[in-house]
Amino acid sequence: MYKVEPLATSPNSHRRMPRLRRAIASLTTALLAVSVANAAWAAETERYVMITHGQNSDPFWSVVKRGADDAAEELGVEVEYRAPSTFDMAKMAQLLDAAVASKPDGLIISLTDADALGKGIKNAVDQQIPVITINSGGDKSKEVGAQLHIGQSEYEAGRGAAERMVESGAKHGLCINQEQGNVGLDARCAGFIKGFDGSASELATSTDPTEIKNSLVAYLNQHSEVDAILALGPLGSEPMLKAMQEAGATQKFQLGTFDLSPDILAAIQSGEMNFAIDQQQYLQGYLPVVFMHQYHIHGLMPAGDVATGPGFVTAENAGQVIELSEQGIR
Amino acid sequence: MTDHTISAVPAADDERLRRVHPLKAALKRPEFGAIAGTILVFAFFSVAASGTGMFSLAGILNFLEVSAQLGILAIAASLLMIGGEFDLSLGSMIGFAGILIAIPAVQYGWPLWLAITFAFACAVLIGWINGYLVMRTGLPSFIVTLGFLFILRGLAIGLTRLTTGRTQVSGLQEIADHDWLAPFFSGEVFTGLFSWMAAQGWIATNFAGNPSVTGVPVSIVWWIVLAAAATWLLLYTRFGNWIFACGGDVNAARNVGVPVMKVKILLFIFTAVAATIFACLQVMDTGSADTTRGLLKELEAIIAVVIGGALLTGGYGSAVGAVFGALIFGTVQMGIFYTGVNTDWFKVFLGAMLLIAVLFNNYVRKKALEAK
Repeated sequence: MYKVEPLATSPNSHRRMPRLRRAIASLTTALLAVSVANAAWAAETERYVMITHGQNSDPFWSVVKRGADDAAEELGVEVEYRAPSTFDMAKMAQLLDAAVASKPDGLIISLTDADALGKGIKNAVDQQIPVITINSGGDKSKEVGAQLHIGQSEYEAGRGAAERMVESGAKHGLCINQEQGNVGLDARCAGFIKGFDGSASELATSTDPTEIKNSLVAYLNQHSEVDAILALGPLGSEPMLKAMQEAGATQKFQLGTFDLSPDILAAIQSGEMNFAIDQQQYLQGYLPVVFMHQYHIHGLMPAGDVATGPGFVTAENAGQVIELSEQGIR
Repeated sequence: MTDHTISAVPAADDERLRRVHPLKAALKRPEFGAIAGTILVFAFFSVAASGTGMFSLAGILNFLEVSAQLGILAIAASLLMIGGEFDLSLGSMIGFAGILIAIPAVQYGWPLWLAITFAFACAVLIGWINGYLVMRTGLPSFIVTLGFLFILRGLAIGLTRLTTGRTQVSGLQEIADHDWLAPFFSGEVFTGLFSWMAAQGWIATNFAGNPSVTGVPVSIVWWIVLAAAATWLLLYTRFGNWIFACGGDVNAARNVGVPVMKVKILLFIFTAVAATIFACLQVMDTGSADTTRGLLKELEAIIAVVIGGALLTGGYGSAVGAVFGALIFGTVQMGIFYTGVNTDWFKVFLGAMLLIAVLFNNYVRKKALEAK
């Protein structure tokens, strides 16, 4: 307290410093502050936000996330993965708005519903945030202003599965849809039914494994014409496989599924299941981060959409895929 | 209820001791409406799904298995609801318990019996925490267990992603083959009887041309055993009376010396254990654990209990009612596949059928209680 007094009451202390020097001093301080802030800003790592519709418990999406995490680690950038806890477009749109408000260096999003998410994405594009869509919504990607789409066409993949089954002699198909209302899954079934020229049907179920298994058995007891079954993911295909094993019917049907899991791969290898459609979703997590990074530092971006699938995993190549699946890469 | 309270009133005038005609007493049981609802549902399907094999041996076991799994949860939920509490963490507990079995067994090579025991031990702990928090804080169990609904689901996802990098752990089939505890939760019973019946040509063949039924799924046995145990507990033990007392009026129960805290905590533990039994059954059945298992089961269990005639406010209900509630739910759920209704309308059908069953059972119960 005593020290303050003389300082405060000394009117000459400022006057002693010439006006010019004072101006220079304050300018230097200001410049220094700005450049320090600048340096901090430059040193701050790139931050990308990835928003998907996949509940984080879905085995499929954990592989995508792994791809993104690996890319982030290799490039030394930051990727924030966000997904609604249930399949909910309104919630996803909220996540999108929150992400745009945080001004990331780039936005990676699965475009499941262009109507619900289009506005938020356009908003991001307006604020100079580059957007890459992944997994779903390839046809709407450009429309909403995204730079690029990385994924597979669900409809074509479903049709491809049907054509493969028809080639092997199947007459009537059945598509098990455990999440009706999901545009991507619905498109797979629609493509599948198209591939059978309409002689296929869709079985809507819940996600509970016992319920999927028992409703499939009930349905097959009713519809003896079915000779080929397609599941849309591990959630559906493992109960399907179980039903077939219990009934001793694995050889009576052509069985196919989307996506991989260790059990599915083992079943393909042992010939209980015919094929799995792999969209190599690891790349759907890995590539967008790499592309965003390139765009950020060099302004480079591929000109055309990237198709990561469909690839068919059959008994011939199941062995090599198994190892990668165990590592969570396929 | 067997209440042996000594009354000052002369026995003849005490309405509690008055003899009631057994039929009349049966009509007044909480489960009576549910039984009537079940009859209605079966009548509906015997017409709507006639000649479709729904009521063949295979068809019956098919919907019984679904009913049984829900029934296991509903029985525990009914005791808890009679005791005046809810457990919304039931569904998440299923997913979490499955993970608690699968990760130690698959990732760390524990013997399966140890992993299962570990899961049950954790269930007891979580049930205890649920109950203790509810009793100590005085908060509604609705809120406390809602918190655990998210916590347990999140733990299941987080732990699985942390240890395996996936959200589904498979590969339990081979491990289960050599374990002594696994048969309690997997496969079928009475297989010898059924293969003998098949040899006699009594059992129809399935879509694949093999005998359609090879045994009774073990979940159905669990369902029946738990129902019997819970009914005995409720109706023939002092603890059963305590449950009714806690749900009816907590303060009155406390005043007459019922250890309310102990009763309710035990009920929460039983619910978590039932969820773990369910998880074991599904993990053994599918050979894998998945973090999404048991989604919305807490609601289905509550629905089954309410269909079974229990009151949402507690103090009234029965385990047998919950059994029939689960049976209605499972039958309707599987029945749609036999009726030929396009499965796009599955949920409309399910909801409408449940509503009709509940309305009918409510109507019948009212009529039964009026007729004195």
